[in-house]
Amino acid sequence: MDSQMNELYGNNGPKQVHFSPYAFNGGTVLAVAGEDFAVVASDTRLSEGFSIHSRDTPKTYKLSDKTVLGSCGFHGDVLTLTKVIGARLKMFEHSHNKKMSTSSIAAMLSTMLYYKRFFPYYVYNIIGGIDDEGKGCVYSFDPVGSYEREAYRAGGSASSMLQPLLDNQIGFKNQEGATVVPLSKEKAVALVKDVFISAAERDIYTGDAIIVQVVTKDGVKTEQFPLRKD
Amino acid sequence: MEAGMSCLTNPPPFWKNGPQPGGIYNFPNSSATHSNTSESQRSAYPIVTGTSVLGLKFNGGVVIAADMLGSYGSLARFRNISRLSKINDSTVIGCGGDYADFQFLSSVIEQRVIDEECLNDGFGFTPKSMFSWLTRVLYNRRSKFNPLWNVYVVAGYQDEQPFLGYVDKIGVAYEAPAISSGFGSHIALPILREEMEKNTNMNENEAIALVQRCMKLLYYRDARSLNKYQYAVITKTGAAIHGPVVPETNWEIAHLIQGYE
Repeated sequence: MDSQMNELYGNNGPKQVHFSPYAFNGGTVLAVAGEDFAVVASDTRLSEGFSIHSRDTPKTYKLSDKTVLGSCGFHGDVLTLTKVIGARLKMFEHSHNKKMSTSSIAAMLSTMLYYKRFFPYYVYNIIGGIDDEGKGCVYSFDPVGSYEREAYRAGGSASSMLQPLLDNQIGFKNQEGATVVPLSKEKAVALVKDVFISAAERDIYTGDAIIVQVVTKDGVKTEQFPLRKD
Repeated sequence: MEAGMSCLTNPPPFWKNGPQPGGIYNFPNSSATHSNTSESQRSAYPIVTGTSVLGLKFNGGVVIAADMLGSYGSLARFRNISRLSKINDSTVIGCGGDYADFQFLSSVIEQRVIDEECLNDGFGFTPKSMFSWLTRVLYNRRSKFNPLWNVYVVAGYQDEQPFLGYVDKIGVAYEAPAISSGFGSHIALPILREEMEKNTNMNENEAIALVQRCMKLLYYRDARSLNKYQYAVITKTGAAIHGPVVPETNWEIAHLIQGYE
């Protein structure tokens, strides 16, 4: 039928534009856990295709004094997810008269993601924070809610460049006779800056600036650092 | 080119070397991969469309501009329609994409403004609340596979600060000092950003002149544009839509372009 129509009338009719409910807006997030601290970092670029929407859109979200969330992927879902998380945290606080712990936030996020298993949030999430024992912790997620606790994790567009670097520098993977030294806060922040500079060199969706959030028992300290803007 | 563009516009898979979400449920003799195919037919493409909207913050306010063409494919169908809408004395929205969807949402907004007015409590839409509301509406419509096929640029003045935000049909939203949608993001936005970098403390007149320059440039370069546009300026003292402006154009060098006949 369609081929007959095309034969008769050619293909001059209105072009059907396909609707895609997702977009990929780039961005990279990274979290590293230390003994008594966690570092969560992201770049601040928001892009779509070859266009840069914004050079100042951080993808780290402070959820409490002990927890920071990094999330990137489809920005519409990121906005929605972080908004819903914020509401859920407020509801928890009002009904239990205390803040939600980092491990509980991670468990809650997992169920929130899986709830939309068949129309998922296209979002890569990494939580960094301080756990119930005062130790630094990192939880990483896939878009449909599978999660685990780890020492370090990179997510988003340059994750495949950052993760091997972290495996080498923090995990000391596949190195014989390497002395495993515990990671200091200063070393972690310096390393995070370095790996982001390297990612910005090769990944067009990572750049402009990075936001580094350092979580300790005293709260969250934020610093910003410029990256290449091209 | 087509294949190259489709990998840009379509997001990459959730993960590699594994099943797609829902993919393992493709049983033999079931043709549909999505149960949403009937819904996705509903409003899956725009009809009468508007092209770029430009927006620029300056010291003490914002200026946005949009031309007055409603295109029907490549036909310049409606040549005197307004794509800027003043919400109140501190908020103006500009719209690109499907014009019917814009008219629909405009009527909803208008009713909401009236409802707020009737309460007479001194509250109403602010630029930030308008922006937040639009983001939620557009995201919820995309989630029902029934999108409003628009890009909105929200401009306003709130808390002694200029406001400029962008929302598109799938709910991607952000604020930025210079914004352009559509074709203008390729042609005008680099110029807006360059000029803002050169002159970090632009005043109202400089900002208006820059936006007018970009609107003229878009008329020269964007085949779906018109040399008739409106612009709105929002400052502490209020919001006003100016125009229609019909800029003078110069085609003297056009005859030098040959070889495409």
